[in-house]
Amino acid sequence: MAVGSIMIDILINITLLAFLAITSVAIVRLTNLFATIMLFGIFSLLSAGLFVVMDAPDVAFTEAAVGAGISTVLMLATLALTKGQKKSHEEDYEEKPSRAHRPWLPLAVVGITGAALVYGTWDIPGFGDPDAPAQTHVARYYIENAMPETGVPNIVTAVLASYRGFDTLGEVAVVFTAGVAVLLLIGGKRPKSSASLKGDGGQDET
Amino acid sequence: MKPNLILHVVSKFLIPLIILFALYVQFHGDFGPGGGFQAGVIFSAALILYALVFGLDAAEKIIPSHLLRILASLGLLIYAGVGVVALLLGANYLDYSVLGSNQIAGQHLGILLVELGVGITVAAVMLIIYFAFAGRGRE
Repeated sequence: MAVGSIMIDILINITLLAFLAITSVAIVRLTNLFATIMLFGIFSLLSAGLFVVMDAPDVAFTEAAVGAGISTVLMLATLALTKGQKKSHEEDYEEKPSRAHRPWLPLAVVGITGAALVYGTWDIPGFGDPDAPAQTHVARYYIENAMPETGVPNIVTAVLASYRGFDTLGEVAVVFTAGVAVLLLIGGKRPKSSASLKGDGGQDET
Repeated sequence: MKPNLILHVVSKFLIPLIILFALYVQFHGDFGPGGGFQAGVIFSAALILYALVFGLDAAEKIIPSHLLRILASLGLLIYAGVGVVALLLGANYLDYSVLGSNQIAGQHLGILLVELGVGITVAAVMLIIYFAFAGRGRE
């Protein structure tokens, strides 16, 4: 039974990761921005599926709602504003002389960075390893004490709202700041004439 | 956008369900997956769907933008205010244990209020951002 469910987990993981890889390659290769945004949404949904397999439904929930839902809509709204079609690679690169585009330096940077990251993963303890530092410090305390101390069965909520209340307050402040920033930048009514282009104080029209 | 009968009918069925689900996620976050962040996003998704199908002006009639600004601030204020109340009752900032008659009740009330603040702010800010972007392309 346990072996069977682990096998299924591995199978689902491989499938989801393969789809993730295919989606990211497709995102890189596509020039149609509308299709790219749709693929971003699919990418988020696949990530949410991975989080579910890793028994993190709270994170999966957020990823599905924010990544696949709202940010897709916001990117579509932005696309509707710009109505842009990304320049195809042919126009951008291949018609220009090759000195404008040398792939070797970026390729080397990406390769070295990737190799360093892969090297870094060798020290990371295995997934679900009981001796991993993440499992031995505060996690154990939360699992043992969250229910008697807060009376909230969902430990994630207890940690998020109570034990780590300061962090969450900061996160809400960040969301609020984002809203204020958007309002300051593009909120409100746009000035009708081109007076806004002339100078800084061109708000009032005569 | 020109009216589309199927979209109108389907979204009229869906929007109440989405809002109900958002409220479920909000207030059931103590027991199952979910909480203020997710609930706020789902709630705003319902109104964004309404704005997409019925038009931005109809959506702004339901929630005017000045109300959204008040709500966005109100959520953050609720969160920070719970901390201040805890301070006034003699505990550390954001220590909910003193809010109720005993520790469990206090923590429960504190988490509920804090999550409510998170949900209100997230929902309002998402709508503010969407209205700002969508309203920009309107004229």
